Amino acid sequence: MKPAGSIVFFTTASGAGYGMLFWLGVLGALGMLPETIGFGLIALGLATALFTAGLLSSTAHLGHPERAWRALSQWRSSWLSREGVAALLTYVPVLVFGLLWLLGSRPVALLGLLGAVGAAITVYCTAMIYASLKPIRQWNHGLVPAFYLIAAGFSGALCLAAVTAFFDVTAAGRLAVLALALGAGGIAVKLAYWQAIDGSVSASTPESATGLGSIGKVRSFEAPHTEENYLLKEMGFRIARKHAAKLRVYAALLGFGVPLAMLVGVAAGAVPVAVLILAAACGLLGMLLERWLFFAEATHTVVLFYGRQA
Amino acid sequence: MTSLPTPAQGAKKLGLVIDLDTCVGCHACAVNCKEWNASGHSAPLTDSNAYQADPHGVWFNRVHTYEAGEGDCSRTVHFPRSCLHCEDAPCVTVCPTGASYKRAEDGIVLVNAEACIGCQLCAWACAYGAREFDVDDGVMKKCTLCIDRIYNENLEEADRVPACVSTCPASARHFGDFNDPASKVSQLVLERGGYDLLPELGYKPTNKYLPPRKPAVAKTATPAAETGGGSSLLRWLDRALSR
Repeated sequence: MKPAGSIVFFTTASGAGYGMLFWLGVLGALGMLPETIGFGLIALGLATALFTAGLLSSTAHLGHPERAWRALSQWRSSWLSREGVAALLTYVPVLVFGLLWLLGSRPVALLGLLGAVGAAITVYCTAMIYASLKPIRQWNHGLVPAFYLIAAGFSGALCLAAVTAFFDVTAAGRLAVLALALGAGGIAVKLAYWQAIDGSVSASTPESATGLGSIGKVRSFEAPHTEENYLLKEMGFRIARKHAAKLRVYAALLGFGVPLAMLVGVAAGAVPVAVLILAAACGLLGMLLERWLFFAEATHTVVLFYGRQA
Repeated sequence: MTSLPTPAQGAKKLGLVIDLDTCVGCHACAVNCKEWNASGHSAPLTDSNAYQADPHGVWFNRVHTYEAGEGDCSRTVHFPRSCLHCEDAPCVTVCPTGASYKRAEDGIVLVNAEACIGCQLCAWACAYGAREFDVDDGVMKKCTLCIDRIYNENLEEADRVPACVSTCPASARHFGDFNDPASKVSQLVLERGGYDLLPELGYKPTNKYLPPRKPAVAKTATPAAETGGGSSLLRWLDRALSR
């Protein structure tokens, strides 16, 4: 599948933003975060900016962005519509939560928790847009929503830890430990996912696509067109196996390896908390690469008609 | 509404039967489809750089050619591919706007170009590559089963069939109602073992494909002279040439 920049950025940025919002809501309710107006402004502001930038970026993928409001109507059947509805509804508690906080009252736990629930549901809906597509075996997999959720939690905790480091070193240390646990879980899920998609083959073949298997093995003799059409450009995107292997290593190192090493240092008190900013930046970069690969490595059954493996 | 409709009592299930035994791979169906639809319901069908390097355009019908099997038993099969108007059509249910819909009265899957936001999720959900995005219009386009022909009372009744069917010189394409057991399409599927593409996905395509017939004579016949068969003249020639 073609990794469209707008969607790669959207899922990464909104994942980090909603992850931040989730931990702001949950840890704020538990009284484990600073409660100053400055912290509220920056932390909640950054979270909102991240998922808002992501959502706006996703509309860049549309042929008619001005009609995006129509996407809120079909939540009964469409995960994309559900995502839109969940994203919009989440703004309600977030804006009230932020407004009350800025107006001087302490953060209201209930509003924060509502925001956290909205964040989790929105990220789950995003993942299900992909996981519900049967023609793409690398996406139609239970570990896809699992990774989207844990990746959002991890990148959100990383960002929140980096912001908190400026306000409360103890709280930042606690967040570093949380991020460490989430990062360890995240890389475990990702490795299991990579192993799963490498170890399985598509149930669909050129034989089942054409129904000509009873004659024998099916080969494409002549394609319908000489140039790449929409289908091949969009769904026939290919990445060389050797590059995919290398990029997986980079994604794992940037997204998890390096930030986790920094988090261990912070948790052990060996490095200053300011390193958390580097950890967050590195983690987000790795997550972008991981998300690019998530698209680039996915294959679609339509390529079977063109004599390729799906 | 992009939830799938419950077919009404007596509703039709319109679709195509494509005969892979008689298709000669001439691409006339694809060309006539393009010609009709470039000015029909989903017009225009964008062509970019049509006469230059890297031409690119929207087509609803694509004709592949495959080789199946090995050696003497292999077959070359021409294979037209278009929207199968699936009963369980995920291209409809994934649509966030309701632009992609399946008609309750005849099962035709259509796109309302006025409501399409061009997110292209339906093209991802379609296993068969039936949907092509029109970059100029910013909306998704697909086979309409020539809805502007089959119900068009300005046309002669004989012409009220999809453009691909009307133009096929080999009569390899048939149009009809699969809910009517007496219809030509239902009969063909029954007699010739019409089958579904990618049945394992459970999309329940309406369109069916008829397999190539088995060759009547075994293709592995060896020259008569080597088997001792054939006419007496051939046997005499074999003896004479073997000296």
